[in-house]
Amino acid sequence: MADVLDEVIVRAIERAAFGGEHGRREFVRAVGATTAAAVLASVFPMQAARALAQDKAGPPEKKDLKIGFIPITCATPIIMAEPMGFYKKQGLNVNVVKASSWAMIRDLSINGETDATHMLSPMPLAISMGVGSQSVPYVMPAVENINGQAITLHIKHKGVTTAAEMKGFKFGVPFDYSMHNFLLRYVLAEGGVDPDKDVQIRAVPPPEMVANLRAGNLDGYLGPDPFNQRAVFEGAGFIWMLSKDIWPGHPCCAFAAKREFAEKMPNTFKAVLAAIIDATQYAHDTTHRKEIAAAIAPRNFLNQPVEVVEQVLTGVYPDGLGATKTVPDRIDFDPFPYQSMAVWILTQMKRWGYVKTDVTYKKIAEEVFLASACRDALRASGARAPESNSVKHTFVLGGKSKVFDPDKPEDYIKSFAIKRA
Amino acid sequence: MGRDRLRVVCYSLVIGVALLGIWQASVAGNAPGKGLPGPAAVARAAGEMLANPFYNNGPNDKGIGLQLLASLGRLAVGYAVASLVAIALGVVLGLSPALYRAVNPYIQILKPISPLAWMPLFLYTIRDSGWAAVLVIFMSSLWPTLANTAFGVVNIKRDYLHVAAILQLSWWRRLMQVILPAAAPAIVAGLRISIGSAWVAIVAAEMLIGGTGIGYFVWNEWNNLALTSVIFAIIAIGLIGVLLDAGLGRLSRRLAWSE
Repeated sequence: MADVLDEVIVRAIERAAFGGEHGRREFVRAVGATTAAAVLASVFPMQAARALAQDKAGPPEKKDLKIGFIPITCATPIIMAEPMGFYKKQGLNVNVVKASSWAMIRDLSINGETDATHMLSPMPLAISMGVGSQSVPYVMPAVENINGQAITLHIKHKGVTTAAEMKGFKFGVPFDYSMHNFLLRYVLAEGGVDPDKDVQIRAVPPPEMVANLRAGNLDGYLGPDPFNQRAVFEGAGFIWMLSKDIWPGHPCCAFAAKREFAEKMPNTFKAVLAAIIDATQYAHDTTHRKEIAAAIAPRNFLNQPVEVVEQVLTGVYPDGLGATKTVPDRIDFDPFPYQSMAVWILTQMKRWGYVKTDVTYKKIAEEVFLASACRDALRASGARAPESNSVKHTFVLGGKSKVFDPDKPEDYIKSFAIKRA
Repeated sequence: MGRDRLRVVCYSLVIGVALLGIWQASVAGNAPGKGLPGPAAVARAAGEMLANPFYNNGPNDKGIGLQLLASLGRLAVGYAVASLVAIALGVVLGLSPALYRAVNPYIQILKPISPLAWMPLFLYTIRDSGWAAVLVIFMSSLWPTLANTAFGVVNIKRDYLHVAAILQLSWWRRLMQVILPAAAPAIVAGLRISIGSAWVAIVAAEMLIGGTGIGYFVWNEWNNLALTSVIFAIIAIGLIGVLLDAGLGRLSRRLAWSE
């Protein structure tokens, strides 16, 4: 997106400098495109022109939008932006539409019944690659939440302390292409449990997890909140491990749209991204969490007791075993889609055999995780943004730190004992 | 007759009260708000929902009346189209035994498929969740009417058709004045089975696609484990089913004939 815009701006300036398209072509032919741009940049503040062009987005091409969501706290910024007026502030009239499952979210979005959508961060990658879906190019300009998931076990397993004791368990995850699935597999495999052979992992829509746990249909799940906390509230389960104790700051859910939408309606795309970024920044501030819990708990949105949503968002919660925990970063909101996160997700898709062919990690990550679009939006809103699109990530499972280097994805996969690749 | 009727009503009431009593007794030990809700809690929830059945708080929160209307709307469209197609096809097959035998294997294969199994295919091809749900209704109400119509037409007395032929009636008059009236009881019996299976399918379809409808309502309340609402919705679904069936029952009595 940003690159396309860049090119348009550079061309426009070149045309102006050389007296129209003809003069521009003459000059470019004589000295080559890179030199032409460099020569111009030396006399003309290209960066400033870019910034200016990006700040002055025109009015949105389309004002009435539908954005799909699954009723989980991961979608907090997407949901709260409606009742709390973040979309309105950008001149948009957005209806957030509740969907029943991730497959439905995917189909609603691909079919164009929603304009943009809440997704699990591996989904836009998988859909763009045509894995587990028809191939449709997607872009993901913002992560919704970081952390905020948990492994919840049935109350009858309260003596379980290690992954090794979970052999034979039936687990639920929201979707195959989810951080939940990959993190659960990571935890199990690190504990010596083969997630494909020693346990059963099945896709269960988040809202149906508590009922299944209660019925003994599942022994546990790595699921999104409020359904971990809801299981505690119902006395059906307890929180065994927070996902932030696996990979602190891991991405979870995301805001995504078809690439087609971003390209055909750049102003709308920018406006809705600005609203999401604003809402995410607002949710990041822990002093706002109670207010947000009250805004998103009603039937129209999460349809959960406000008490449970508050326990999740404030991080002061009963763990189901009698203790009350205080973990302020149990869930946090940070929109920046590091491309290294995408590379990690792709390594896991490869590791577990969801992708059998060679993966062009960096290329896919850059195409889908729009780090620069997010950076621009963050800066436009006056917030600070990371300089780098890609960083190393540190896993802390079991108190041991393990670093993921996005520049060596194949080596990373090879380093695991249990894998399908 | 009058006394018989009175006795039946009495039995019915006794059974109803007994069921409610067993239900209430089985949940009496639960702490308030925990476990399966009893009839009193459900009645309270029903009272609240019926007090304002048509409220509209945006796309994800509408009153039970609006949800039921949404479901009935889908049902009406899917069922009407399916009935027209099924009756037309049924008449053609009934009049042409060879064609009937040729097509029958396919009907037998398609008939036992749960209409919900079509859903992913419909979503992929027609790319609209609302119409996909309508098509599910279409699939679920097609087969009983089709089979019954064909059966009814096959079993029309040959004499009627012969008389029609002798009188040299146009095919349209033959259809409207001989074939359809003669086969009407069988057709209506098929329609009655169809509307039942369509109503069964709509709830499940709406639980899958979300959005609006009584099925979505059940799913949304299930999210919140709000069982009082779920039980009330179940009862509402049952009552509407009875009304739909009674309507067609009435039609079938009007169309009944004997020689």
